[in-house]
Order: sequence, then structure tokens, then C-alpha cells
Amino acid sequence: MSILVDGNTRLIVQGITGREGQFHTSQMMAYGTNVVAGVTPGKGGQEVLGVPVFDTVREAVRATDANTSIIFVPAPFAAEAVLEAAEAGVDLIVCITEGIPVQDMIETVQYVRRQGVRLIGPNCPGLISAGQALVGILPGRIFTPGPVGLVSRSGTLTYEVVNELSSRGIGQSTCVGIGGDPIIGTRFVDVLRMFEADPDTEVVVMIGEIGGSDEEEAAEYIKEMRTPVVSFISGRTAPPGKRMGHAGAIISGGRGTAQSKVEALEAAGVPVAATITEIADKVAEALGR
Amino acid sequence: MKLIESQAKAIFAETGIPVPPGRIARTPDEARAIAQEIGGRVAVKAQVPIGGRGKAGGIKLAAGPDEAYEVARQILGMDVRGYPVERVLVEQAGSIEQEYYLSITVDRDRQAHVFILSSAGGMDIEEIAAQHPEKVVKLWLDAGLGLRDFHIRDLAVRAGVPAELFPQLAAIARRIYEIARSRDASLVEINPLARLSDGRLVALDGKMEIDDNALFRQKALAELKEAEGDHPLEVEARKRGLQYVKLDGYVGVIGNGAGLVMTTLDMIQRSGGKAANFLDIGGGARAEVVRNALEVVLSDPDVKSVLINVFGGITRCDEVARGLLAVMDSMDIRVPVVVRLAGTREEEGRKLLEGTALTPAATFQEAAQKAVAAAQR
Repeated sequence: MSILVDGNTRLIVQGITGREGQFHTSQMMAYGTNVVAGVTPGKGGQEVLGVPVFDTVREAVRATDANTSIIFVPAPFAAEAVLEAAEAGVDLIVCITEGIPVQDMIETVQYVRRQGVRLIGPNCPGLISAGQALVGILPGRIFTPGPVGLVSRSGTLTYEVVNELSSRGIGQSTCVGIGGDPIIGTRFVDVLRMFEADPDTEVVVMIGEIGGSDEEEAAEYIKEMRTPVVSFISGRTAPPGKRMGHAGAIISGGRGTAQSKVEALEAAGVPVAATITEIADKVAEALGR
Repeated sequence: MKLIESQAKAIFAETGIPVPPGRIARTPDEARAIAQEIGGRVAVKAQVPIGGRGKAGGIKLAAGPDEAYEVARQILGMDVRGYPVERVLVEQAGSIEQEYYLSITVDRDRQAHVFILSSAGGMDIEEIAAQHPEKVVKLWLDAGLGLRDFHIRDLAVRAGVPAELFPQLAAIARRIYEIARSRDASLVEINPLARLSDGRLVALDGKMEIDDNALFRQKALAELKEAEGDHPLEVEARKRGLQYVKLDGYVGVIGNGAGLVMTTLDMIQRSGGKAANFLDIGGGARAEVVRNALEVVLSDPDVKSVLINVFGGITRCDEVARGLLAVMDSMDIRVPVVVRLAGTREEEGRKLLEGTALTPAATFQEAAQKAVAAAQR
């Protein structure tokens, strides 16, 4: 099993006719994801890689019974694309776009939450259930099916960890990139809850970074979890007041430091690795290997 | 991006939030003339993008034009916590009865705009929260409902603001909410919001932060960003579309992905060194981006070695290696460069770099250790 995406995923790609949208559609299809439709306003009736393109998400959902949408729409229009997907009735929206204004995301996140629609991202690499479905821009070839669930605010760091795990013969159930923005649809604690309920996830890796207090909040929940969690926090040497690449990676007013997160996690009994290799060591330990 | 007091107050004045009469002076003579114009007591305030100006001696009162000249002479050219003072704001200093704190900002955890009001204005909000937590009153907004009159009454009552001030407070609160929305401000702060002896509420100081992601639709503010007082290398990197932060060490760092680069900085410290910068080249390592990144990092005189740390995901390591070779061929490299390629086709990538001036490294740790050692040699 896995969480969020699997063989039943029927995917719409919003922005399928763009360069990024088209390239990653081909990658997702090659991985075996069931891409049922594309949406680009004004391009309805065309086909991309054999996938029918519609003008609106509602039309695409009606015609194909899609349940998930992934968004490759430029930042000025991306929040609206999320809202359109939410209104059209999909269950899961994955927003890859980076650089969406915070104000747009406040409105959007509050709305999708009220609608009961799950949003992953924005500014994220998406997610993958190893061997089942890829909904995102993650490099499918490094993932192998197995018992480790992974949730992360960073894309490339996820790949590093997965690469290390896979090279040691430790596979993954689902890997979720929740995104590097300050306002995101799904936070650590949401994904931890899903992993806790997934019988096939035996250990969870949580990769956090400076900024905000999602990791501290997650630490509180982990105290109740039966599934063991291993963590890693990046940005231990980041200076305060500077945005480290991700819009959300900033220590402000003395809050959001790596130290505060490490302390909260350790207090919850979570082993916090100091290096990438140590993450894999601690996972192997937790798996009893 | 942060706006300084005079920029924030210009926006306040434009939207109808009362501010004291005043103008910017660049010389003591200008300060004298402005004080003359205003008449009476004036405040002379250093215009720098950092808090704690008062304690650093960057804000002084003057009884009249001559004293304004004198304090402006002292403040102009002084250094406030690392920022040289090139401009002062000279404005009317009214007599203050009570100082409030009022702001609207983004609460990441609640994923909402939050209003903060306190009757203990005049000091930093962190200080108020530490010393008088009971005096910090918050109100979270629903984006669909927006700000309603009952919200403001609720906030004012809880903060102990007297009823006769409600109409003025309501007008100001509505306007800062409007600024937050229309200017994409992630912070609008009035501190102190002062009640003067004549009963008026006036914004004596203002601070604003604009969401960088929204600059595409905030053209006027984007122009201010160009002139912002960042490190010259940060300005240059921004022009080239790179995510770069200048740090105070000596190992230049280039990597793909914010988390990966942050972790690289951490590894350098673990290896006994200090990073000179953060630089994220993002997904897909195209040769042109790598060249731009190397040029920026190498133009930093503090850099004694460079560590390039790339994880090939969708992009293959052999392609990254070819891009690197092309760049190295056409550039004069004055310091050792350590390259770590991992992920898809890493073996092929490493083979391509064999026998070149680049120092290969197989793991994260090895790369950091080699880069630190090379810098200290």
C-alpha cells in the first residue's frame, strides 16, 4: 500500500502544453501514472502525448472521471488554477509552481481546506508511490518499493536520501515533497497522520529545515505515533534574517531556528541525524536491519 | 524586501493614515531648513533598514532649526548596526500621551493574516511579548470575510483601547489591511501608533515588508528593490536570476536545490570550515547557469575554494559534467574546485572529470572535507 497516489490515480495535468508540463507528463506516463487529461485554456480539443486537452478542469473531470490534478501553471496564474481544480471536484491537487504570492496562497489554502480538498505544495516536487504512481517531477528511477515513508520540505535533499536508502536496499512506500513556501496546503503533521494509518509504512523519514514551526508541531504529534520517525533538519548554520533559497526558509525574530526544531524532535524521542548517511543508518536501525 | 520608515510613511500618507509632517534630509543644512519649515520641536531619525535605531543613537529630538542642524550632523555618516546613515527623516515631534503597537502580518502556522494590537507600544513586539504577554492581542482573519468593524471593536476592547479612539483606530486598521492586500505586504507595522495630547492617533514609526514573490505585480515597489542595500554580490546574482546569499566564510558553494545547498553549508561547518555563500542553481544544471554561478562565486575575494555539489535526478550527471567541462575550458579559475556528482549516471559523470583540474569527490562528507582542506592550504 501507500498514501495519496497509487494505481487508482486518474491524473489531470494543468499546463500540459507548456515545456515543463509536457516534459514531466512524459516522465509520469513512463513511470506508469494514469494521465487521463490535460488542461490549457484555449487549447481544448488538442492532444499532447496522446492525452486529450480541455479548456477547463470541470470539462476534463466530466469527460475522464479524474480524481487528481497536478499544476505546472506560471506563478501569476497558479493559485487560480488550484481554485479551479478544487471547484471542479478532484480530491487531490499537487501544485509544483514556485513563486506564488503569499497572499494568493492564504486565500487558496483557506478555501481548499473548507472544501475538504487535499492540496500538496506549492513550490514542491510532488509525490511518488514507488512502483505505483508518480505525480510530480521526482526522478522515478531512484525509487524502489519498500517500507519507508518520506516527507520533506526539500526536493533534492529527498533525492539524496532516497538514493542512499535505495543503494542500501531499503525501499520506499510513498515520498511526499510538501514544498518550501511559508504557506503550504499540506504540512508535516498531515502526512505523518497518513503514514501512521498506512500498514505498509514501517518507518517515516521527516526532512525539515529552518523557518516556521511545522517541525515543532510535528514533534508533538510524533509522541502519539506508533510508527517510528527519523528526522533531519537542514540549515543549522544559516544566518538569521536571510531567506535561504526557499521562500519559507528564514529565521525571523529568533523563531524557526534549526536548534529549536532539533530540540523539539529529540524531546519527542525522535533520532535526528546529523548527516545524510546517518539518516540511512538510523532508518536501517529502526527497521531492525 | 523591507521598506524603511520614510518609504512606509509615504505609503501611509498616500492611503490616509495620519503621519507627522516631515521630509528627508541628506545634509545638516537641509535638516535645518526642514525644521524651520515645520516649526517647533522636531525628531531627526536615521533612515536605515534595521531596528534598534533609537538605542544606537540614530534618533534624536531637536528643539529648533539650529539643534536640528547639529543632531543631523551627528547622525548623518554614523553607522547604525552596520548600516551607514545617508539620509535622515526630519519630522514634527508632538507631545505623546500613550503609545500603541498595531500591525498586520502573515501567520504561517494559522495560514492567515493576523492583526496584532498592544497598549505597550514603543518597544519591539518581541520585547512586548516577552515582558507583557498579556498585553499582546491577536486577531486572525478569514480571507473570505476580510476585516469587519466588529473585528476592530473586539481587538480594541481586548487591548484596552478607550472607546473614544475606536473610530480613528478602525480607520487606520482598515487602511493597513488594505495596504497588506493591495501592496502584497507581508508585514505592515505602526509602532508606536501614538495618541497625541490633542487626541489624534498618529503613526510615529512605520515598517513594511513586501512579498518578493509578488514583485511581478508591484512594479513601483520592485524598482525600490533594485536599489536595496544588499551586498553587491547579492545584487549581481539577482540580476543573473540566481538564488544567492553572501555569508562570512571562505568556501564558495554551488548546488542544486535549497535544502541540498543548506545541508552543504552545514557539512562545511562540520568539517571545520566556513561557507562564503549560499547559491542554489535550481533544477536542471544547464551550462549557462553553472557559468553564471561560478562567475559570481569566483568574483568574491573571500573565496579560497569552491564546492560544487549536484544531485542528478532528472538531469543526468554525465550531462552536468560535460556542462562543467565546457565552462572550465573557457574560464580562468584561480582557486581549487571540488566537484561532487551523485545520482543518475554518477559513474559516467565522474569519469568525464578525471584528469581535469577539478577535484572529484564521491560523497557529501568527502566533498566538504576536501573543499575545506583546499581552502586552508
